[in-house]
Amino acid sequence: MEKELKLMKGNEALAEAAIRAGADGYFGYPITPQSEILEYLTEANPQATTGMVVLQAESEVAAINMVYGGAACGKKVMTSSSSPGISLKQEGITYIAGAELPCLIVNVVRGGPGLGTIQPAQSDYFQATKGGGHGDYHLLVLAPASVQEMADFVELSFDLAFKYRNPVMILSDGAIGQMMEKVYLKPQKKRSEEILPWATTGKPATRERNIITSLDLDPERQEKFNLKLVAKYREMAEKEVRFEEFQTDDAEYLFVAYGTSARICQKAIQLARAQGIKVGLLRPITLFPFPKKRLNELGSKVKGMLAVEMSAGQMVEDVMLSVNGKTRVSHYGRMGGMIATPEEVVENLKIFIKG
Amino acid sequence: MAKIKGAVIIDTERCKGCEVCVVTCPTQTLALAVEVNGKGYHYSYAAFPETCIGCANCAVVCPDGVITVYKLKVE
Amino acid sequence: MTEVKAKDIVKPENLAYKKSKILTDNVMHYCPGCGHGTVHRVLAEVIEEEDLQSKTVGISPVGCSVLMYNYLDIDIQEAAHGRAPALATAVKRLLPDRFVFTYQGDGDLAAIGTAETIHTCNRGENILMIFINNGIYGMTGGQMAPTTLIGMKSSTSPYGRDVATMGSPIKMADIVALLPGTCYVTRQSVNTAAGVRKLKKALKKAVEYQRDKRGTCFIEIVSNCPSGWKMTPVESNKWMEENMFPFYPLGDIKVPKDS
Repeated sequence: MEKELKLMKGNEALAEAAIRAGADGYFGYPITPQSEILEYLTEANPQATTGMVVLQAESEVAAINMVYGGAACGKKVMTSSSSPGISLKQEGITYIAGAELPCLIVNVVRGGPGLGTIQPAQSDYFQATKGGGHGDYHLLVLAPASVQEMADFVELSFDLAFKYRNPVMILSDGAIGQMMEKVYLKPQKKRSEEILPWATTGKPATRERNIITSLDLDPERQEKFNLKLVAKYREMAEKEVRFEEFQTDDAEYLFVAYGTSARICQKAIQLARAQGIKVGLLRPITLFPFPKKRLNELGSKVKGMLAVEMSAGQMVEDVMLSVNGKTRVSHYGRMGGMIATPEEVVENLKIFIKG
Repeated sequence: MAKIKGAVIIDTERCKGCEVCVVTCPTQTLALAVEVNGKGYHYSYAAFPETCIGCANCAVVCPDGVITVYKLKVE
Repeated sequence: MTEVKAKDIVKPENLAYKKSKILTDNVMHYCPGCGHGTVHRVLAEVIEEEDLQSKTVGISPVGCSVLMYNYLDIDIQEAAHGRAPALATAVKRLLPDRFVFTYQGDGDLAAIGTAETIHTCNRGENILMIFINNGIYGMTGGQMAPTTLIGMKSSTSPYGRDVATMGSPIKMADIVALLPGTCYVTRQSVNTAAGVRKLKKALKKAVEYQRDKRGTCFIEIVSNCPSGWKMTPVESNKWMEENMFPFYPLGDIKVPKDS
């Protein structure tokens, strides 16, 4: 089967891509603005075609723990939610990270704190990239900026999750989830029937029993495990950093923005350049690991960096750490579900340039 | 008349001396030792082995699975 | 009658009882006389006798039995507190031919995990839930549980459980029996040899019902907590008979209609 071109919402494209990537299970709970994922999957009923399990859980807490159980069987399993629901999932996520299990968690971010709003935001950056739950751990975080990437990042996420035995998060937002764009869908992949050596699927006589746990009461062994995780995150930082650059060759200033904000910044670059301001954009695709090295290099080239986020300023801290004082760094953001216009981004760039 | 004779083997080092087997035994075969094992527990032992009928009740209630039971029909 | 010596009796052909090889040789961390060890051992026997080792996935809870994976030679997932039924749901859906069970205490199943318990039973997931009810939080040092009896003292109900401020003990087995998804709900105990043998029969029925995809099986075991109750094991079993059994009566609460 050839690639297929469709017009879809971001949420729907992600759901269809999950089926086509050969996912084994999806466990979800309704919350705006991501309910289309669960709706799409229940309507598509992939259990009848690929055998993929789709289940509406009684809560986000139950859903992530279903993911935990499924992942512990070595299956390709996922869940999705939006900010308040992702907060509920944090307990399960830290257990999954602690048990070193692969899975995909999708956060279609809305404004907060609390129940906040149902409009798009990027205010869960800290939660996504710094661990989110208790204990020292990280998710590998991918930030799509288009409906196409909502689809493409599903298979990529599963590949990375199994490569590192680590949960992967797609950190999207209400705008990317709800917008319609054309999307090329990959052909259907068969679900894997491989039984992974570490998975709990029933102990045959040929191997020792498999135990999935995040518990170790011996502090020396627990610290060794923590160091193993640190080494894993370092390896991710070496091998998995993904980003995209726009007009950075001659840039005197740099926008740093991901997801919806990166789209706005691309238009802002056009407007600014028309006014003679040489500005470029670095769009992190992986938020963890963060493109620190490249930003540090660009820190020697540009006169300043403006992090544009739909938050009070979260990613900007990683930008500052990356450039380590080499250049000026500031932040411009809207919150509460408000989305900056390209014009206001340019205005704020000008204010930043003036100092 | 045929009679059942039993015998119990108790892993006294793993026994925690909870006494549940002692009170369960229908023939008062078992008792807790005056001595203690390596963990300091007064372990269970067959104080009157000749009375054992091999019913295995002691082993069935043992929380630590330390009792093995044998029985033989004696003519 | 000739005198029979122990060495004549202790021969492989005369073996009457030996612990299952599914129970590992690790020394259990449970306090002396604790019912957990007995339930583990009976479960191990059932898994061995039903030839289920290669098909079993067990889910352990948070609580005293969190380390269940040290004692049963089967594949085990250790869940977050109260979430074992959610893990089991996914395991059974993804691997429908496996024997899947959860093993949970009263804090786990009847307090923090109440929602998971109710909804897993309500969906009729084809799993077995084993519920150890000893009316107390053992692992954390004897705090009040949802199942603590009225007037019963614990470290967080030092003057006894007061219904006006702490509510009444909850009867989870009776609650889940009301849900159409459960097919078999029974309450057992392991303080006597007869009780242990009955539990074994109940576990074997649950294996059969799961094989036949009948719905959720729920086996409550009213158990003791000598350390938490501050009694000797023998005293705790007596106290359980006199105080726990009248409130949590033993026996089947729900059986499949055609059984």
